[in-house]
Amino acid sequence: MVDTKQFCTFYLDDLMFGVEVSKVQEVLRFQEMTRVPLANAVVRGLINLRGQIVTAVDLRRRLELKERPDNQLPMNVVVRTLDGVVSLLVDEIGDVLEVSEESFERPPDTIAGVTRQLVLGVYKLQESLLLILDTEKSVKIDG
Amino acid sequence: MDAEKPSQGDAEQPIAPDLTPNSSSRDEADGMEGVVNEFLVESYENLDQLDRDLVQLEQNPTEKSLLGSIFRIIHTIKGTCGFLGFSKLESLSHVGESLLSKLRDGELLLGPESTSALLTMVDAVRQILSCIENERNEGTVDYSGLIETLSRLTKGQLAGGKPTAPPPPAVPASAPEKVIESLSLAPVPATVATVASHEGMAPVKIDTRASDAVDDAVYRQQNPERRQRDERKTDVATASIADNSIRVDVSILDKLMNLVGELVLARNQILQYSSSTEAKDSGFVATTQHLNLITSELQEGVMKTRMQPIGNIWSKFPRVVRDLALACNKQVRIEMEGKDTELDKTIIEAIKDPLTHIVRNSVDHGIESPDIRVANGKQAEGCVLLRAFHEGGQVIIEISDDGGGINTERVRDKAVERSLITPEQAARMSERELVNLIFLPGFSTAAKVTNVSGRGVGMDVVKTNIEKIGGSVDIQNQLGHGTSLKVKIPLTLAIIPALVVTCSGDRYAIPQVNLLELVRLDQQVARGVEMIHGTPVYRLRGNLLPLVYLSKELALKQVVEKNLKDGDAQFIVVLQADDRQFGLIVEGIADTEEIVVKPLGKQLRGIKAFAGATIMGDGKVALILDVLGLAQNARVVSEVRDRALTDNKSADTKQATKTQNMLVFAVGDKGRMAILLDMVGRLEEFDRTSIESSGEQDVVQYRGEIMPLIYLSKVFHTTYKEQLDKPIQAVVYAEKGKSVGLVVDQILDIVDEEVTVKSNSNRPGVLGSAVIKQRITDLVDVREVIRTEIPNFYDQQVLALQGRS
Repeated sequence: MVDTKQFCTFYLDDLMFGVEVSKVQEVLRFQEMTRVPLANAVVRGLINLRGQIVTAVDLRRRLELKERPDNQLPMNVVVRTLDGVVSLLVDEIGDVLEVSEESFERPPDTIAGVTRQLVLGVYKLQESLLLILDTEKSVKIDG
Repeated sequence: MDAEKPSQGDAEQPIAPDLTPNSSSRDEADGMEGVVNEFLVESYENLDQLDRDLVQLEQNPTEKSLLGSIFRIIHTIKGTCGFLGFSKLESLSHVGESLLSKLRDGELLLGPESTSALLTMVDAVRQILSCIENERNEGTVDYSGLIETLSRLTKGQLAGGKPTAPPPPAVPASAPEKVIESLSLAPVPATVATVASHEGMAPVKIDTRASDAVDDAVYRQQNPERRQRDERKTDVATASIADNSIRVDVSILDKLMNLVGELVLARNQILQYSSSTEAKDSGFVATTQHLNLITSELQEGVMKTRMQPIGNIWSKFPRVVRDLALACNKQVRIEMEGKDTELDKTIIEAIKDPLTHIVRNSVDHGIESPDIRVANGKQAEGCVLLRAFHEGGQVIIEISDDGGGINTERVRDKAVERSLITPEQAARMSERELVNLIFLPGFSTAAKVTNVSGRGVGMDVVKTNIEKIGGSVDIQNQLGHGTSLKVKIPLTLAIIPALVVTCSGDRYAIPQVNLLELVRLDQQVARGVEMIHGTPVYRLRGNLLPLVYLSKELALKQVVEKNLKDGDAQFIVVLQADDRQFGLIVEGIADTEEIVVKPLGKQLRGIKAFAGATIMGDGKVALILDVLGLAQNARVVSEVRDRALTDNKSADTKQATKTQNMLVFAVGDKGRMAILLDMVGRLEEFDRTSIESSGEQDVVQYRGEIMPLIYLSKVFHTTYKEQLDKPIQAVVYAEKGKSVGLVVDQILDIVDEEVTVKSNSNRPGVLGSAVIKQRITDLVDVREVIRTEIPNFYDQQVLALQGRS
């Protein structure tokens, strides 16, 4: 039997990322955020999630990618981390993919900088690469 | 093994051990598990009671009822542990029981040695219980020494020196981080060790800035029994009055609290819909009001369940004081007023260690040894008084002693020696400031570091921990007579009333407990804003209030790009943090609301300006400002209590004698002069380029008039190296609608002191000299100076010529 895993996928600037399904609490469309002055720019703001206040982390900024165009509203991937629930802001939500462990590899050298640190590995799919995000590291932000 | 097996909140009586044979051995094990847990919980309670009783008994050695109750408790413990097979515990309690039996029957009289031995036994029992709780065995400590001591005492032999203490077991990792220092002397190490193992969680938790909800969740996970035990303790305390109490698992109460919090939010939202609905359906409005009332009452009720009397923490103090006094060879008694004052449970947890530390300090540092006291005409026995009461939405806890007070000279010297302040700063400090130096980190005046205290980690941690829950600490000191510490803490953390303000298009909540008043900042008020040391200040009823722009502090652009001088009104929110007042300038003010405080995530916890977040009535998130953090960021409240900007008239010092507000400035290189603050119209800075001349007189254009300048350094013939690139500083004095700018070389300070002026009629322009802040300062006779320098200032003709109102 081939080992497979399921990932919730999303897109950031044409890159496809994935997070283990078990870590994802929910996926939402754009939610109004309250900005937090004096916070690291990576924290876009706070969201009211059914009465819970959740910090929203802009993954584009975290991965040091280009800024999202103004008219494009991000979507929310709400993940469970060791320190609580955090929402990751992404461009678009993709499907839940089941991938085989065989296609897993360590991050290739072609991926540069911050992305390399935050990516646990890569699955080689038929027509694309699925980058697996290290959720714990992504939400660790210095003040 | 899973320690999470509370008795589901329904047992009023301890469950009798389940002896029915069971087919499943797992059930049997679980059954025994439950019995052991019950035993532990009850025994901890009983041991606390024993502590109190033994200390009381020491004061009244023949008190029959006490002896009886103590005997019964130990007897019960002995019985149960025999049944459960805890042999060490059994032998220990057996020998204790024998001693108590003799005491109860009057064959022996209780003395300090016996008391100490019995207290040591209580600690030893705690130690064993803790091992049972954590490791399911009795531990490896050898108690034979203690057992022998107790046997000897039972036989009436008092000789043999102090009872030997059980050697403390390997102290769990959390112990070194604790605020309470450990004692080396006999009875106490075990206490520290056992305290560390149960209660060690508490001080560690204080370090996080999570709200009590989060703390509770983790706490609950790690220490269910202890929470339960504390909860039950309250019930036991009131059970004697009326057996209408019931044991409830704390996690259930926490859940209730959370739900009520959510309900409050939902209620706020409904209220908002209700007030904005066009239709104004009267039925809907009425129901909303009803819901509002019910929610408020429910909230109050649930909060009450979490309230515990402060007596719960205080109950440990008699023993602490007794042991410590013994160790220091002092005589100290403790008195408590207001034991029934209630506080939220989490606050009680948070202040327990700080209070203990303060009490220990009083005994160790405050109260003098009996001979010194008698030599000073005091009673040999010192007294530590604890008072607690509610006042103005806060709980006030006062800890006072009639000891020797804090020697501010030594404090100052020590602070300078440790480079915590500079000698210059030290020279300028008032009594009150000196006393507060003990709150600086790394401070301790103990000549040697004993095991009792003196390690210098004490008072600053106390202050920090109290401030973390939104409280404050204040000291009153009288050398030779004693010291008094006042701790003020908010009644509850979770739901607070707050004022909502707007800034740069966003809303922020300010806790009402910090709010003093609101001032509308219109053009007229704006004129009252002056600059001192580059900071805008506003004179509010005689006090100078430093002003802070919220938009600047949050590094936001003001949505309305106006500064103070324009027509639009802004608002000054007068806030208090740490006994200092300052004004926060915001763009708009909304309502006061009750908000539910929710903690910020880890990523944002480090931002000092925010205390948490809340969900507003319209569902949007708003940040809650941390007033103290904001003040510290803006430097209106400095860490080292530099009081150059605000003047604080405290209730204690010298209200009877008149103090004067004076502005002190430098004239020339060494001269110090002062003017009564009442005479000062404004403090201004002028660019040198704006100085023009009218004849031989230097003037500036000032607010639509031509204002002459008088250089005080020239008037008083002093030399000063002018800094030609810096603007000049002038004190504007106005009379009869005309102003004069008195140019000074450097504005130094604003003081509020009692001044005795030695009149000095020799020098022109000088009213006299006085000692202000320990420096000789000349008081300027403003009118005479003006008359001399600008003879026509008071001339009517010139007034008309100038044509100004």
